[in-house]
Amino acid sequence: MNDQTLNILSSIIANATPLVIASIGETITERVGVTNLSLDGSLVLSAMTGFVAAYVSGSVEVGIAAAMLVGALIALIVAIGGIALRCDQVAVGFILTLLCADLAQFLGQEYTRKPGPTIPYWPLPVLSEIPVVGKILFTHDALVYFSFLLIIGTWFWMFYTRAGLAQRAVGERPEAAFARGVDVNRLRYIYTMIGGSLVGLAGAAYSLGIKPGWQTPPVMLGDGWIALAIVIFGGWHPFRVVFGAYLFAALRALSNVIQGNPNIDVSPVLLNMMPWMLMILTLLAVSSGGIERLVKLLPRRMQRSTRNLLRSDPPAALGTRFKSD
Amino acid sequence: MQRNRLAAQFGLLLLPIIASLVITALLILAINQNPLEVVQNVWEGAFRNTNAFAGVINFAIPLVLCSLGLIVTFTAGLWNIGVEGQMVMGALFASWAAQFVDLPSPLLIGFEIVLAMLGGALWSVVVGTLKIRLGVHEIFGGVAFNALANVFTIYLISGPWQPEIGGSAQGTEPFPTAALLPEFSPDFAVSLLALIIIVVAFFAVMLALRGTRWGLQLKATGKNPRSALLLGVPTERSALSAFAVCGALAGIAGAYRVLFTFDNLRPLSSGGIGFLGLLVVLLVSMRVLLVPLVAFIFSVVFVGSTRLRLSMGLDQSLAGVLQGLAVLLVVLSNGLRERLQEKSYKDTKTPVNIENDHSVGVTRRVAPTSDTSKEATVHE
Repeated sequence: MNDQTLNILSSIIANATPLVIASIGETITERVGVTNLSLDGSLVLSAMTGFVAAYVSGSVEVGIAAAMLVGALIALIVAIGGIALRCDQVAVGFILTLLCADLAQFLGQEYTRKPGPTIPYWPLPVLSEIPVVGKILFTHDALVYFSFLLIIGTWFWMFYTRAGLAQRAVGERPEAAFARGVDVNRLRYIYTMIGGSLVGLAGAAYSLGIKPGWQTPPVMLGDGWIALAIVIFGGWHPFRVVFGAYLFAALRALSNVIQGNPNIDVSPVLLNMMPWMLMILTLLAVSSGGIERLVKLLPRRMQRSTRNLLRSDPPAALGTRFKSD
Repeated sequence: MQRNRLAAQFGLLLLPIIASLVITALLILAINQNPLEVVQNVWEGAFRNTNAFAGVINFAIPLVLCSLGLIVTFTAGLWNIGVEGQMVMGALFASWAAQFVDLPSPLLIGFEIVLAMLGGALWSVVVGTLKIRLGVHEIFGGVAFNALANVFTIYLISGPWQPEIGGSAQGTEPFPTAALLPEFSPDFAVSLLALIIIVVAFFAVMLALRGTRWGLQLKATGKNPRSALLLGVPTERSALSAFAVCGALAGIAGAYRVLFTFDNLRPLSSGGIGFLGLLVVLLVSMRVLLVPLVAFIFSVVFVGSTRLRLSMGLDQSLAGVLQGLAVLLVVLSNGLRERLQEKSYKDTKTPVNIENDHSVGVTRRVAPTSDTSKEATVHE
């Protein structure tokens, strides 16, 4: 592999990181049956807060903590609205999407286009020496490595721990979980806020990482919706969700390469349409039964395992309410 | 007693709005500005002369149209976030006619509006079909098709529809006067035709939802699609028709922006009005009668705050903050009120919950004592 390819692959990993963290956060939230639709606004507001906090305090850590706090607070509003007050979760999430974007623009107006601190570049001592893989995976900042741990950790937590079983049960069959002594609504609050704080972290990953600083209109506008779509595309399974996020970042990188190459003549309009076309097409693929038809074409023996691999049913209790009496 | 209940309801609507004003004032204080000065500037921005007031009306017209359309889709239980893109498509279709069709002015304007309705409805029905036939949730379809409509506009402006001299991504050449909606009077730049369309649309939506079979089918589809289908309501068709109606109304709204507000096609011509319409409908919780009033107040705040940048150096997103906060708090307080009512209802013995109370062991027997009547217990 030549250096250019390695650089591109490495930048895909870096650029995908906020999407990875945000979509894992949303996966964690939706697995307990709560939809936090406010992602697009949460990302923007937490990115602004993270940058401003880091700018004012001069410390990246403070910025990250502030961003995570903002993400968790927004998620708390969604949870209170959906669980305690039994409002429409979609309505609360959507209002927050608009509100947070405006709030970020208003409160961040003094801080646009200013250079500020960023998360330091930190190639891992030994691992980055590994040929090919080291360059791609281990020459980034700490947040990227954290996202790797997060992926593995979430998967292990969900499928190999008792607490993770309870988490999934709350999202699938809250009545059964309740009968087994799980405090359904408490878990919903906890995981929604954990998911929200990860979304906040993803916001900081933009403003302190790959797209440093703050400006209006925010650079990450629209990525929240893409992260929400990636969760559906990924069938609420951490690995597939992450695969979706990297795939998306790869296609984005590809379109940048095409745009930068004078020999290929593709209308930039087409390239700008691509993410949205892709979003519709992937959702179509998982929802319209197209996959099921494709699976039927396979030899019988492989059908079952492929179906399990590609299965994408939402958590059965997603968006529903639970009353203990 | 009746009056008390009304007062309580009104208070519960007023309280969150006051709270949102207070929070916004605190935010303004937080960035070292004076909230009262902001209020004064917003007021002047909206009402300082007839010109400014015409600006408010010109913003309110497309907002009311979108909100009316959204009431229709919400009635059918649909989240038509694609309303922004439907406005843009309406604007695009109207712009095509304005540039390339040669007709006498009144005919041309009629043609533009019909095309705009078609454009909006087309974009809406695509999202609807994705939802109904292919299972792509309308929120995601809507978001994607909003973005697609905007990208397509920019393509047209910077490509085929580029002005011949000084072409940029700013907008097309101004449309010929014959293609534009006429002003009410030179002193008060508002389109009479648009006001007539608004009044017609308002009564049409209100009456259609209240008194027609179609409205009833929409309600059934929205409340419980499965049982509606079992009862013989063509749920797919009524959902699609709701999309089409909302798209058509949003299309007119988009046409109004390019044919009156701007006089040419610009990028992002919807200006967030569609999203604002969603907030309006969430705030009035489906009461058609309140739509014009709330849309007008939102327009005053929005248009008035465009003055903040010049006079105080403040970003006009303050309007969005106030509106978003108000709607959020109203929705949350509606939830809270229902929970409180439920609680007081549950704590009292009424015929209904005696009937449902299995521990009592009686079904379908109403205890005829006076203190168990529903009327008497609700207000305790």
